[in-house]
Amino acid sequence: MDGNDKLKMILGRLLQAIPSIIGIVIVTFVLTRALPGDPAVYFAGPAADEKSIQEIRVSLGLDKSWPEQFWIYITDLATGNLGVSVSTGLPVAEELTRRLPASLELTFLALLFSLAVALPLGVAAATRPNTWVDQLCRVVVTAGVSLPVFFTGLFMVYLFYYILGVAPPPLGRLDIIFLSPPPITNFYTIDALLDGDFETFGAALAQLILPAITLGIFTLAPLARMTRAAMLQVLSSDFIRTARASGLRRSTVLYVYAFRNALLPILTTLGMVFSFMLGSNVLVEKVFAWPGIGSFAIEALIVSDYAAVQGFVLAMAILYVLLNLTIDIAYTLIDPRVGLDG
Amino acid sequence: MREFLKHLKYILTENPVTLFAGALFVLLVLAALFGPFLVPYDPMQSNSALSLKPPSLDHWFGTDQLGRDVFSRIIVATRLDLAIAVSAVAISFVIGSLLGSLAGFYGGWADRLVGRMTDTIMAFPLFVLAMGIVAAMGNTVENIVYATAIINLPFYARVSRTEVNIRRSADFVLAARLAGNSSLRLLAMHIYPNTLPPLMVQVSLNMGWAILNAAGLSFIGLGVRPPTAEWGIMVAEGAGFIVSGEWWLALFPGAALMLAVFTFNLLGDGLRDLIDPRRRT
Repeated sequence: MDGNDKLKMILGRLLQAIPSIIGIVIVTFVLTRALPGDPAVYFAGPAADEKSIQEIRVSLGLDKSWPEQFWIYITDLATGNLGVSVSTGLPVAEELTRRLPASLELTFLALLFSLAVALPLGVAAATRPNTWVDQLCRVVVTAGVSLPVFFTGLFMVYLFYYILGVAPPPLGRLDIIFLSPPPITNFYTIDALLDGDFETFGAALAQLILPAITLGIFTLAPLARMTRAAMLQVLSSDFIRTARASGLRRSTVLYVYAFRNALLPILTTLGMVFSFMLGSNVLVEKVFAWPGIGSFAIEALIVSDYAAVQGFVLAMAILYVLLNLTIDIAYTLIDPRVGLDG
Repeated sequence: MREFLKHLKYILTENPVTLFAGALFVLLVLAALFGPFLVPYDPMQSNSALSLKPPSLDHWFGTDQLGRDVFSRIIVATRLDLAIAVSAVAISFVIGSLLGSLAGFYGGWADRLVGRMTDTIMAFPLFVLAMGIVAAMGNTVENIVYATAIINLPFYARVSRTEVNIRRSADFVLAARLAGNSSLRLLAMHIYPNTLPPLMVQVSLNMGWAILNAAGLSFIGLGVRPPTAEWGIMVAEGAGFIVSGEWWLALFPGAALMLAVFTFNLLGDGLRDLIDPRRRT
């Protein structure tokens, strides 16, 4: 295969995402219309009278038939209109885009942490089966999936903030004594670095570390398990034996020959890891009062702000599809069997 | 049967962790069944004189902000937490395995329909979908159960589709067909029972995840409401006290939750060893 085939595969994969997105849009539409009672009453908020409820009903198109309503829903989505949040009075789309960087910054750092721990741990466990490293890997894997993420978070706060006093209070992205850095990427750590303000960078990072580790611990388990299994399988295959017999260095065999092949099943697991991560993100944001889209959704849920909740579900689902798409494209690019080297 | 018992004994003696998990499981079930009769204090009884007392001999796990005994509340909560998880898993098991079997047996449009449905559910981050479902259907405990059941459905449907599909034209099925059995009878009496062992492993592994999921939903304020004793909501209520050092409020219910999930995960691994020795990791 040549580069052209790779391009075709990537295009094919992009096309495959379309049914998922259609499914997501249908489900969120059904969820919006499945509200118990009259949706217009909910969207109008608790202070509404009969007249304003009727206005809301007409403005939302709820007096029309289902197919017509679906059409309105799609055209609204196409123009980026997710409705207005009852609790904040701002458009939902605006709220979500304002808060998304906070969630993404947390999620990416958590992913980095969990990859940095899980990959070496899995490789070490696979190369030394039934030693203490392997047992450690097993314990971490089992404990990681059993720990409720909000429990880990609270435990960390107690240990590092209350007992040891090394962590800042779990209240958001930046201590109030610091000004938020000039917004460029809206990732506070990166913005502070771009601004050359290392004090703010340190403060933002200090706030990030505990929630990111909390989230990372939960996603460590599937990654470490898959790395170990994939490495074990690759290491027992014939081409590794041949490579060893040819007298290649141990590190060359391990990292160039084995690890590159083991990466493929690990990448596939990443899809599931993202599902865990985006879900647990909500819980971690609540524990650490993190001003991301998860805590926005929780606040909205409590006051029955449905437009906000549905907008959140839709945004998360689209984000998840995009992440999966990225993984699949990366998969196509790194698969050594799909001739990258000609 | 004797072979099976011998194998069971082998698995248990060879892997003491599974034996340990079995013991924990029995403990959990006993707490769920008899907990309310055994606890030392009334889990709802508040006593302002005793509020926020650290663990002591009288109150093993301390008392909460209303002076209620945390230990009693944790034990009593076992029933509700397990009930939510068991009913959710039961619903997804029944519906999922039914849909999956039909898809695997008939193939064609049935397969495509079920496949498209499971793909659509899996296109969402699952916990987020559960939040959306509870928000749409109403904030009650039953809806927590339904939401947890819906997000777990794809796992059962997929396992059962594969297991039915590989047996569809097995020799024993063809023999039964030649003997004049109808398609539906073949599926129900000859194929489906053979798919149960892998499904059981799925149930056990899924149970821990269902407990975590339901507790997560009540942690963010959905479903169970105070003053009901439930692990997730107890952790949420105790969360505010962590920063002022009253750790026992959140830590003990969280530990109970962890123990329950841990038990089911270990049990699932043990069951898998028992049923399919080849898949051991």
